[in-house]
Amino acid sequence: MPVSLANSGVVYDALKKCDIGLVSALPETWLVHLIRMAEDDPKMILVRLAKEEEGVGISAGAHFAGVKSAMLMQNHGFLASINGIVSLAQLYRIPLLMLISYRGHFGERDPWQTQGGGVTEPLLRSLGIPYSFLDDPAKVEKRIAEAQTWAYASLHPAALLLTRELMWEEPA
Amino acid sequence: MMQRFECLRAIYDQLENCLVVTIMGAVACELQSLGHKPNFFYLQHAMGLGSSTGLGLALCLPQQKVVVFDGDGSILMNLGGYTTLARYRPKNLVHVVFDNESLLSVGGFPTATSTGSDLEGVAHASGIARTKTVHTIEEFKHAFDDALRTNDLTSMVAKVEAVGPKGYVTELALLENRFQFKRYIEKLTTEARRHGERKN
Ligand SMILES: Cc1ncc(C[n+]2csc(CCOP(=O)(O)OP(=O)(O)O)c2C)c(N)n1
Repeated sequence: MPVSLANSGVVYDALKKCDIGLVSALPETWLVHLIRMAEDDPKMILVRLAKEEEGVGISAGAHFAGVKSAMLMQNHGFLASINGIVSLAQLYRIPLLMLISYRGHFGERDPWQTQGGGVTEPLLRSLGIPYSFLDDPAKVEKRIAEAQTWAYASLHPAALLLTRELMWEEPA
Repeated sequence: MMQRFECLRAIYDQLENCLVVTIMGAVACELQSLGHKPNFFYLQHAMGLGSSTGLGLALCLPQQKVVVFDGDGSILMNLGGYTTLARYRPKNLVHVVFDNESLLSVGGFPTATSTGSDLEGVAHASGIARTKTVHTIEEFKHAFDDALRTNDLTSMVAKVEAVGPKGYVTELALLENRFQFKRYIEKLTTEARRHGERKN
């Protein structure tokens, strides 16, 4: 599968460096290695969800419990979580760290991904959720750490968009 | 038919050492009227996520009993959440749905449980081993005691009358409740850590 194993590892290591103790996840192609890494890590609590919005509640519970967490989902999972993000994470000031695979943007071949790809950034902006891109493996660690630092300083959700550049290796 | 307020009153004293998460509106207001405690968190919006918040707490604090007071309308928005509870089966979580067959807090519109949808059946079919439906205060008290004592996930449905308080806004600000709850847990975990260090 052309999902980058090496860069998935870079992202996972960065999460570990940020002291992430719980990851909630709903699989999609780009996330398969990352989820397997969480599963193979005995120190990580991995919660596989039925729907991404559950992850907002789980992260809120983890935050109250003093455990740092991250949500792994694709942008359509973010779309499916918006009420939870607004009515729990924003209303109750939960420092939610969301890693969102940015499907449907330039380079996307799956027609069904493209509509969601087009609304992802406008929605993040209109919700007032700051985001940055994970596109360069050399900068992944720094960007995740900075997003987390900001989320805890502001007690607010923050998003990192996992890009095609980072996650996908075109077969030669 | 029993009332939710009576149920809460019957078990109020047992909540002392639990982390309690309630959903919005009527149940939050009723529990507060019995006496707010720093270990109570009222999720005053975000329908469906009461059980998920309880799951996050229970997984991260396995030594701590967690109780969720849910509603039929709320859990109907997150039936998938039952399957997640079943999958991780936190032994320290007690999930109670007060099923008044109604969206009471918005004026009382009947939910699908009023036409026969069976939430205990959904919980059970989702894979939760310990489920129960109760109709009387005695049954409720007994099932709740039992759930607190048992070292396993329990999901119970308490069939209650669709009545509640007149208004739902309380003195306690949402964020005040949130910070107080987190600080309460911080204190618990610091004490537990200190206790652990003494033992070693
Ligand atoms: C997503 C969403 N839709 C609608 C509402 C409006 N709303 C607030 S409370 C409530 C009813 C909750 O019903 P239930 O969980 O059965 O609890 P009850 O009020 O009956 O105690 C509704 C529909 C909301 N808060 N969020």
